[in-house]
Amino acid sequence: MATAVIPVRERENYLNKEYGVRSWLLTTDHKRIALLYLITITFFFFIGGIFALLIRLELLTPAGDLVQSDTYNKLFTMHGQVMIFFFLIPSIPAVLGNFLVPMMIGAKDLAFPKLNLLSWYLLVIAGVMMLHAIATGGVDTGWTFYTPFSTSFSNTKVIEAGLSIFVAGFSSILTGLNFVVTIHRMRAPGLTWSRLPLFIWAHYATSIIQLLGTPVLAITLVLVVLERALNLGIFDPTRGGDPLLFQHLFWFYSHPAVYIMILPSMGVISEIIPCFARKRPFGYSFIAMSSLAIAVFGFLVWAHHMFVAGMSIYAAMIFSLLSYAVAVPSAIKVFNWTATMYKGSIRFNTPMLYAFGFIGLFTMGGLTGLFLAALGLDVHVTDTYFVVAHFHYIMVGGAVMGYLGGMHFWWPKISGRMYPEAWGRLAALIVFIGFNLTFFPQFVLGYVGMPRRYWQYPSEFQVLNVLSTAGSTILAVGYLLPMIYFLWSMRYGKPAPDNPWGAAGLEWMSASPPPTYNFDETPVVTWEAYPYGEIAVPEEAPVER
Amino acid sequence: MSDSPVTIETHNPALQHHFADMEQQRNAASFGMWLFLATEIMFFSGMFCAYLVYRYWYFNEFAVSSTTLNLPLGTVNTAVLICSSLTVALSVQAAQQGKRKLLVTLLVLTLLLGLVFLGIKGVEWKEKFDEHHVPGYSFDVSKMAKESPIPIDGQRAQIFFSLYFAMTGMHALHMIVGVGLFTWLTYRAWKGAFGPGYYTPVENFGLYWHFVDIVWIYLFPLLYLIDRKPLH
Repeated sequence: MATAVIPVRERENYLNKEYGVRSWLLTTDHKRIALLYLITITFFFFIGGIFALLIRLELLTPAGDLVQSDTYNKLFTMHGQVMIFFFLIPSIPAVLGNFLVPMMIGAKDLAFPKLNLLSWYLLVIAGVMMLHAIATGGVDTGWTFYTPFSTSFSNTKVIEAGLSIFVAGFSSILTGLNFVVTIHRMRAPGLTWSRLPLFIWAHYATSIIQLLGTPVLAITLVLVVLERALNLGIFDPTRGGDPLLFQHLFWFYSHPAVYIMILPSMGVISEIIPCFARKRPFGYSFIAMSSLAIAVFGFLVWAHHMFVAGMSIYAAMIFSLLSYAVAVPSAIKVFNWTATMYKGSIRFNTPMLYAFGFIGLFTMGGLTGLFLAALGLDVHVTDTYFVVAHFHYIMVGGAVMGYLGGMHFWWPKISGRMYPEAWGRLAALIVFIGFNLTFFPQFVLGYVGMPRRYWQYPSEFQVLNVLSTAGSTILAVGYLLPMIYFLWSMRYGKPAPDNPWGAAGLEWMSASPPPTYNFDETPVVTWEAYPYGEIAVPEEAPVER
Repeated sequence: MSDSPVTIETHNPALQHHFADMEQQRNAASFGMWLFLATEIMFFSGMFCAYLVYRYWYFNEFAVSSTTLNLPLGTVNTAVLICSSLTVALSVQAAQQGKRKLLVTLLVLTLLLGLVFLGIKGVEWKEKFDEHHVPGYSFDVSKMAKESPIPIDGQRAQIFFSLYFAMTGMHALHMIVGVGLFTWLTYRAWKGAFGPGYYTPVENFGLYWHFVDIVWIYLFPLLYLIDRKPLH
């Protein structure tokens, strides 16, 4: 009957197109895979977070009272391994990158959708192996697997953890490969390299590191596993092997891995700042090229982790100089972001608050990195809490801030719902305060001599440690809040308009949430990137009053 | 729709939905394969780096240990692999020209050559087991040391054999994967999946096969031919 009541239906999108577990576990849609990754890494973030809180609780008092030294060694090892390989490395690339790379370049999907799904399954397999290793005794080598302790002396699950990270590495390689091919071959007509969003440039640089660095970690871990399981003698000094060789091979990946974690975050910040300052990015090509420069320099600085390990002083000087060189492209980014905001009409929405936090904390983390790159100073602060603080300023203050900023920025696109803005700002503030309270005291602790990786310490360090532990609790609240209100907004949030922020970028021209193939018609790009002079701020946007 | 008045283009059944045309799809697949091979180079380079360091430090032990490897078998294996690269190259051409029978024959030949290589490698490893040259608790090079014209250190020789087994083992693993891929290719080719319009898998797995060959071309001189008459 022609007059039958037609039920009001939502537009068909990638979320409501199909239902059921099968439609998710066998999907090849990059947006659904991004959500699978989101769930996976959030789970591991909380596992790693629990380890972190246990570490901080143990360090609340000088005595080793909450856990024994062996347990403590396992806690910081597994905190590092879980957070690095199962949260930070996949975080922005596998979630936001997966969702946004095809959308930003006007493609229907990544170049290899099945490979994309495979890489998620690899991460899950690796994660299950890691969880099994944790549940059956854990690992105590430190996340760095230094030989000969890892190959000859440790009585823990080194083999299983090593193989788990080997598999996770494959996941990372396949994601990077997919991105590089997609960015090269799948761009919409008219989208030239110089019109690409800076987020894409950052992911391009990241993917290159993933492609060229990760295999070296893979073979290094294979050799460690072979040495432990079959008694090959490649790194064992009692058999003529060289532990320093292990460190070289390990850091050849693991230093660039820091850039795998921070570059995508820089890409996110490069999107947020122009949008909330209503200006084109200052020095677009400098920001784009500095991403590539960081990727290239990043491969040439690994031995600054080994200054006190007994390497030649000449090599150390060269690595020190090259490490300073990385500061140049990093500084270019910071200056250009700041210059972008100059005389902009700034709105203080949640993503922008995270971007502010990122700039400040990354700058501090970067500058303290120069302390560590300086040969003389490094001898003083090596293996102290100064290193711990520096690393967490980059990784938590930088990478995680960028990740949260990006999640808020693109959440309307991903879920089709707005998150509650007031709660968002509150959480951003709590994260910022909690973070600084946790990690700033650690700079001081390290400088006055508290070594890392010990479960007890002299009582004069207690005040600063109590501050740090208190801060970590606040930080935990700051991280729980977004998870709660994101989940809440999926059901109760205001439906999001297609472009709630008045942002540039092809992803905002699609619906929120987007249809399965992203665009009804492949867009043709005729404009330069970030035409913020020409885009109006939408009326209904949650503008700062 | 059978009486639809116009047929604009014949749609290639191998074209995936997210690509605009076959050319974009082939370019993407081929580029992806080259990138994957770049990661493979980095994977092997970790071992080559370790080899370089230890060969420089322990040259005498490396040279003497190298003479115990079976040169005739190694040479035959090198020849076998080079022949298999030829059959692979020809099979890509056969696929492009749509010669199904020739394609299947060449793929089967490649498979057989790969299996011959693995068999010979197995014989060589068996020899090393019998001679106690496998690193670990039963490692023993006293006989080799006695016959050596120069004094050598057993522990250092063990590093050579560790690298020998790690490198040839990783290479063999890649060969096994290659044999698996070519079995699948043969099946698909037999079913008539490839022709002038679609031969990307033949080309890409062919690239992989060539890469594994090239690794062996480096491994052979580095492991077998260090110095066949040590330090005369």
